[in-house]
Amino acid sequence: MTLDELIERQESEQERQRKLKRRILCCTAAGCMSCGAETVRKAVAAEIQAQGKESEMEVCGTGCMGLCSRGPLVRTSDDGSLYGDVDAEDAAALVSDAPAAYARLGAKRIDTSAPFFTRQKKIVLAHSGEVDPERLNDYIAAGGYQALGRALAEMTPEEVIAEIRKSGLRGRGGAGYPTALKWELVAKQSATPKYVVCNADEGDPGAFMDRSILEGDPHLVLEGMAIAGYAVGAQQGYIYVRGEYALAIQRLQAAIRQAERERLLGSRVFEESFQFRIDLRIGAGAFVCGEETALIASIEGRRGQPRQRPPYPPESGLWGQPTLINNVETFANVAPILLNGGDWFASIGSGASKGTKVFALAGRIANTGLIEVPMGIPLREIIFDIGGGVPGGGGFKAAQTGGPSGGCIPAEYLDTPVDYESLAAIGSIMGSGGLIVMDQASSMVDVARFFMEFCMDESCGKCIPCRAGTVQMHDILTRILNGEGTPDDIEMLERLCIVLRETSLCGLGQTAPNPVLSTLRYFRHEYEQLVQPKPAPAGGQS
Amino acid sequence: MPASPTAPDAVRDNREKMLERAMSRHNYSGDALIEVLHAAQELYGFLPPELLKKVARKLKLPPSRVYGVATFYHFFSLAPKGEHFFQVCTGTACYVAGAQELLNVLERRCAKAGGTSPDGKVSVQAARCIGSCGLAPAVIYDGRILARVTEKQLNEELDRIGVS
Repeated sequence: MTLDELIERQESEQERQRKLKRRILCCTAAGCMSCGAETVRKAVAAEIQAQGKESEMEVCGTGCMGLCSRGPLVRTSDDGSLYGDVDAEDAAALVSDAPAAYARLGAKRIDTSAPFFTRQKKIVLAHSGEVDPERLNDYIAAGGYQALGRALAEMTPEEVIAEIRKSGLRGRGGAGYPTALKWELVAKQSATPKYVVCNADEGDPGAFMDRSILEGDPHLVLEGMAIAGYAVGAQQGYIYVRGEYALAIQRLQAAIRQAERERLLGSRVFEESFQFRIDLRIGAGAFVCGEETALIASIEGRRGQPRQRPPYPPESGLWGQPTLINNVETFANVAPILLNGGDWFASIGSGASKGTKVFALAGRIANTGLIEVPMGIPLREIIFDIGGGVPGGGGFKAAQTGGPSGGCIPAEYLDTPVDYESLAAIGSIMGSGGLIVMDQASSMVDVARFFMEFCMDESCGKCIPCRAGTVQMHDILTRILNGEGTPDDIEMLERLCIVLRETSLCGLGQTAPNPVLSTLRYFRHEYEQLVQPKPAPAGGQS
Repeated sequence: MPASPTAPDAVRDNREKMLERAMSRHNYSGDALIEVLHAAQELYGFLPPELLKKVARKLKLPPSRVYGVATFYHFFSLAPKGEHFFQVCTGTACYVAGAQELLNVLERRCAKAGGTSPDGKVSVQAARCIGSCGLAPAVIYDGRILARVTEKQLNEELDRIGVS
């Protein structure tokens, strides 16, 4: 396909959709799927046939619509209504035009003028819930692959990197390394072949942003990777995706096949000399493989154990070759930046954190689901306006960001703007986007033990501080929780935190103490209550 | 289904052929070890020692490397699974919603997490976050996600499938 043909295809597909009276969009992301979305979609399809409306209506599966707690979700295109808790019996009403039918659905209509919807800003999730991830034409109708086409036809690789630099995009995997800097490092290497790797080994408990992007808009990630390939001079890409994400894997495989068939990937992309292939590598369940050198080892078919850096992957990565590794959400930002310009992207967000961030809201919060907000938004707005606050009258106690590498943020810091630097300053991290709310009933020592158990299980065992330290810290936390701890235990815990942070080989061990450090910092009294010295034995205890 | 000595020859041959095909697709390259183990586990249900030795031989890798990789990743199982498989999500959202209590029920009545009950009926696993945090606490039961599971529901299901 050439760029002109792509634009033609876009127009004809848009025209086709305009002529339809109604498109009935059913969320078929994993959350809705697990509460019956497939049954709803099938029922709607059968109903369209039964009412003989094939020429004016169609049913589509889409990516995540965000409000997972109300699934299955369905949207009707003609009036833009969104319905929650839909079941198969609603199918007739969704297809019907009779006002009586709307009465049935009325109670299920979700108010889209609520802050949950209006306070969001969607770049990465712009198509999620709007396009059918299994139909390439849907993505093309939404402007898909035009950024790649334009980059190949009108820009040099240096100009692409310059645009990314202008945007201020930083890595969305958690550390926030400037994306353009990484691309430049790979681009200036003379060794070939080079590789582009998409890190889709999303492992933080409570985080499902990457999964939702891959399930909802796989082509957006493929397009971003291909643009990166052009910018750094790579011809081969890999997506390292968690084995547990069966639906994402299936949709990615289908998307790659479709794109190759239309020459949007593969050899002679857009009839230009550029070639770029993408293959999947399925992870086998090891959290540490989210660390880039461990991920490389795993793609090479070895145990996923990290190695000392430097050399960093841009110099020596996959099979010793220059390798660019970015997270799913980072790649998903690339095409929108090229289409709208770096300045547009840089105008969103705050300070040194540009653009938006996708968060997965979970825990004791009314609206669990997936959201995208401009950087710099205060935490309070995310939790109370968008998230709808803490249900059940338990009251807010802490928000956990950054998973096992992050920290717990107490109520007095709720007005902290969500950006890389501000979150680091209060002892947490932006992380990949998991945001879990805890109410007053949650024990913060228990939360710290929970994350330590996770790190203990997931430690790869290569370096001693992490292998032995996580076990010791877990033992101490368990002892404290069982009421058998002493004040000395708290002190030992703090010393171990420093040892792990300073001496572990990779990020897993270096950040494993964060949940302990942050709970000690803000909820020290909970530890101290648990280690109250017992009454003196002289009291006549048997 | 796990490989058993009583499997009809035709079925076993077919699986061998399919595994062979998976290896040849990757040109018997050692780099493809994880892909090959995925394929093997899908075919046989688990990875018995003879199978690992065979993979090592075909990919020209030392058995220690194959065993090392198979035991490193949670996904690979060296023992056969039970008739039923409960995976309790222990992600943060499920944990604060009571996943531990669900796991306690299964551990008390069936087997420790990561194990299988002595009668081979039920396997229990504490799963890493399955990313369905809106459904917390979630349990994957024989591949199907159950949402907002209570101890009562779980006990009833165990009664139903005849766990004492």
